[in-house]
Amino acid sequence: MRDGSMIERAPILNAVTHVLMIAGLLIAAFPIYVVFIASTHDLPTVNRVPMPLWPGDHLVQNYATVWNKSDFGAKMINSLIVATGVTIGKITLAALTAFSIVFFRYRARMLVFWAIFITLMLPLEVRIVPTYAVAADVAEPLRWLVWLFGLELGIAPINLLNTYTGLILPLVATATGTFLYRQFFLTIPDTLVEAARMDGAGPLRFFWEHLIPLSRNNMAALATIMFVYAWNQYLWPLLITTDARMATATMQLQKIVPGPLFGQPPVWNEAMAATLLVMVPPLLVVIFMQGAFVRGLVATDK
Amino acid sequence: MAEIAIRNVEKTYGKTAVLHGITLDIADGEFLVILGPSGCGKSTLLRMIAGLEAITRGEIAIAGRVVNALEPRERGCAMVFQNYALYPHMTVAENIGYALKVAGLPKAERERRVAEIARIVGLEAFLARRPSELSGGQRQRVAMGRAMIREPKVFLFDEPLSNLDAKLRVQMRLEIRRLHQRLQATSVFVTHDQIEAMSLADRIVVMNQGRIEQAGPPRLLYTEPATRFVASFLGAPAMNLLPATIVAKDRARMADGTEIALDPGRFVVEIGQAVEIGIRPEDVLIVWPGSEGAHALEVEFTEDMGSSRLIHTRLGGMGFTVLQAAAQIEAEGTLAINLPEDALHLFDAATGLRLRRTGATVGVLASAAA
Repeated sequence: MRDGSMIERAPILNAVTHVLMIAGLLIAAFPIYVVFIASTHDLPTVNRVPMPLWPGDHLVQNYATVWNKSDFGAKMINSLIVATGVTIGKITLAALTAFSIVFFRYRARMLVFWAIFITLMLPLEVRIVPTYAVAADVAEPLRWLVWLFGLELGIAPINLLNTYTGLILPLVATATGTFLYRQFFLTIPDTLVEAARMDGAGPLRFFWEHLIPLSRNNMAALATIMFVYAWNQYLWPLLITTDARMATATMQLQKIVPGPLFGQPPVWNEAMAATLLVMVPPLLVVIFMQGAFVRGLVATDK
Repeated sequence: MAEIAIRNVEKTYGKTAVLHGITLDIADGEFLVILGPSGCGKSTLLRMIAGLEAITRGEIAIAGRVVNALEPRERGCAMVFQNYALYPHMTVAENIGYALKVAGLPKAERERRVAEIARIVGLEAFLARRPSELSGGQRQRVAMGRAMIREPKVFLFDEPLSNLDAKLRVQMRLEIRRLHQRLQATSVFVTHDQIEAMSLADRIVVMNQGRIEQAGPPRLLYTEPATRFVASFLGAPAMNLLPATIVAKDRARMADGTEIALDPGRFVVEIGQAVEIGIRPEDVLIVWPGSEGAHALEVEFTEDMGSSRLIHTRLGGMGFTVLQAAAQIEAEGTLAINLPEDALHLFDAATGLRLRRTGATVGVLASAAA
């Protein structure tokens, strides 16, 4: 109980710590509060200087307007499909690659690991042009490879623009999850693997019946991170979707800010309402997954 | 029948040789203990029998079938690990029954067998718990139950008791012995604890630096250690070893001039030969001061062990311990002792091998009493 006694002996430090903590919370929460206030007034009130800091009476009206005008229902469903797809794809890919890297000894193992690891330094934004080129025609690299061998097979182009697959796949191909899973798998004692082997379990059984249940918390942490990451994606969906029916919620936010006509002030009240709406699903995911998320990152619970 | 035949087995990691040609036969139903210090290769040998380590050279056969190329699950062995290696996400019942689940047994049959095993190892009340909710001894029982349920031909134990506290260790030792009497399965038990080895084994194999030093029944290893290493490793308190030079057929002299009488009929030695004279602390006789052939020793300190007392002294400049029954007279100041000639062990100082009556050195007694 060292921490307990430290607090007893330092009441002033304790108070200072709390003041700092509360100040930090206020600083972090204030912009969100302003967003909320702005979403409860009509446009003239929001544009007044200074903007009032107490809620107005246009809350329901603003939210209803923005929801209907921007078709957020459909956009949210798109975002949900993409975020869920990325999350599931990422976890599957991460668990399988880490399983291979940690539990199997093969020739190019370290090469594979480093190749994956290096992609941590290449976020989507850096490789966005080639990624777009691939998404525009997935068959292109294949055709190229075939051409290298002096062949001409006439492979039909596969276009992923304006598809969920195109939205999801490039976001799945990152190393963060693999790395997280690798670190977790490394903490699993060798004797556990050996005990399973003695009991007759093969690699797949070991993966399904031991590694997956043991990594539940890691999975929750990764799922939370990935869901929020995918939900907040802006650049990639903007680039790959031209069809408004495929637009995601974050893309739609940008379309609300300017006024309906050029030269008009931005409709801040509606934009702020939309912002809060778009924040809700990832917030719910974080709240729902919080316990497992923390356990997964601390990773002492085995 | 599940005898194990180990023939010229070697293990190397890269260029480092860990085992140098081990040959050993383990009889069906035998309880064999492999004893040795850490790093002697005993666990590696066990893991090679289990199929967890590849065999670099040589051959291991279980029940007449060479198993070199077989997966662990095909060898019919069950293993109890030092840290138990229980599945943390499964209940006790699931842990014990896992091998049967893998084998595809129907659920009802599995539950019946798990209940039966739980009764044998005394875990009926804990079947629904997770390993993290169990004490060390209970975890050990789960590990044993998990090994037993497969009704294996061979039980392998990899220092299973070393994580337990002293009292529990003694208790589990008895339970393992009882279990073996009941199941009569061939068992190989690896340990660095010589008391564990002495109390459990039908036969002990002492290993050192990747080689077998001696194999035989515990009593034989204790009374006739083939090498200085075996002599010093078996027995607590350890055997006293006194370096000396043979100066006459019946006499050896230590560096400081202390002379020790030898029975010329028991050893044939050469004058000038460097030897080590061994005597177990309990074989030292305490005599009246001034008796013939008595050595007078300064008592450094004593340790009271309850049923006996350990007296630490020096003889010829070397540390020397004497075990005295507690009922005997108080030993303080000086102690007169006699080294009975028939209790002395003689080892060649250069080779470490036991010197015998014949004068010839006796080599490794591999499978002497199989």
